[in-house]
Amino acid sequence: MTDNPSNNTEWPLWEVFYQPKDGKPFEHAGSLHATDAEMALQNARDTYARRNEGIAIWVVPSDQIVASSPEDRGPFFDPANDKPYRHPQFYSVPRAVKKRK
Amino acid sequence: MRNENLRTLISRLKTYYMSTFDTRPETREEALVETLLRLADDRLILGHRLSEWTGHGPELEEDLALANIALDMIGHAAALYAYAAEIEGRSDEDYYAYFRDDIDFKNIAMVELPRGDFAFTIARQFLFSTYSYFLYDLLIKKVADEQFNGMLQKHFKEIKYHLRHSREWVLRLGDGTGESHDRMQEAFNEIWMYTGEMFAVDDFDEAAINKNLFTDSKTFYDEWKSFVNDVIEEATLIVPDNDQYMYSGARRGRHTEYLGHLLAQMQFLRRSYPDAEWK
Repeated sequence: MTDNPSNNTEWPLWEVFYQPKDGKPFEHAGSLHATDAEMALQNARDTYARRNEGIAIWVVPSDQIVASSPEDRGPFFDPANDKPYRHPQFYSVPRAVKKRK
Repeated sequence: MRNENLRTLISRLKTYYMSTFDTRPETREEALVETLLRLADDRLILGHRLSEWTGHGPELEEDLALANIALDMIGHAAALYAYAAEIEGRSDEDYYAYFRDDIDFKNIAMVELPRGDFAFTIARQFLFSTYSYFLYDLLIKKVADEQFNGMLQKHFKEIKYHLRHSREWVLRLGDGTGESHDRMQEAFNEIWMYTGEMFAVDDFDEAAINKNLFTDSKTFYDEWKSFVNDVIEEATLIVPDNDQYMYSGARRGRHTEYLGHLLAQMQFLRRSYPDAEWK
């Protein structure tokens, strides 16, 4: 027995993403346990795609996802707060362009 | 004259009792109803057995998967029953599920056996789904009834998934740990004598085959066998002996003792409170 018996008995964790429609980006649906990739796909279908949610599924081993940490929040996201010019709405559309529409 | 009276009596009795004493289907309607009920009974009973796993699955995700497959199969049965009810002029399909006795059920014995352990459930699902896959594939090409054929096409998509799911489990359990390997092998050994009924064709089937409402399951036996053999061998298991004694007679009412117990549980509420409604 190891110190953490749950490592031996639980199936690995997977993150599930689904694509709602053609051309749309994949969205995170949740996570699940599965023995391997094929069973993860099947379990994802049974757990997250029963109500016509999407047309395609990705599954990714949870431990393969690299995530930012809570401490990164300041340096990563705060600088964007005072830079409204990064949004397209910041710029007014020239009259000539508006007319053409 | 006497003969005619007897015939009238039999046909009257038949409207009240669909039983193993039924005569061979003569009309197109009779043959169609018999076929619909045989298909539906297999699916209702196996669906019910699968539903017994709800809350008892080996993992939450597999619990959901088994319940999903159970719902699919009970849904297939409900659609087939509803069409039979329409043809026979019954108010709804519940009669077939809730108000027939075990002798009147036309399912093969394999689907009524207790759910056993997870390996047994998977072995049965795999063998039955492979059979359904080849059967529906042929029926879709052959069945001359539009409404019936439409149902078959719709259900075929779900059958493909049931087959994929159970096949993957056979491979993983067979080629898994020592214990899972042994349990999977034992499950196949135990269930094998019930596989013969899938490929038995009686004169009831023939009546439907002649009217382009059913197909001779012997025509795809070789395909079924080679597919099943490949998977079992890939799972590092041994294919049981195909020439052993095979159970027979369930489609005509000779069921195992297990069906009565299953029906008692499934039918109790509806029979005790026939007017009960979901509120």
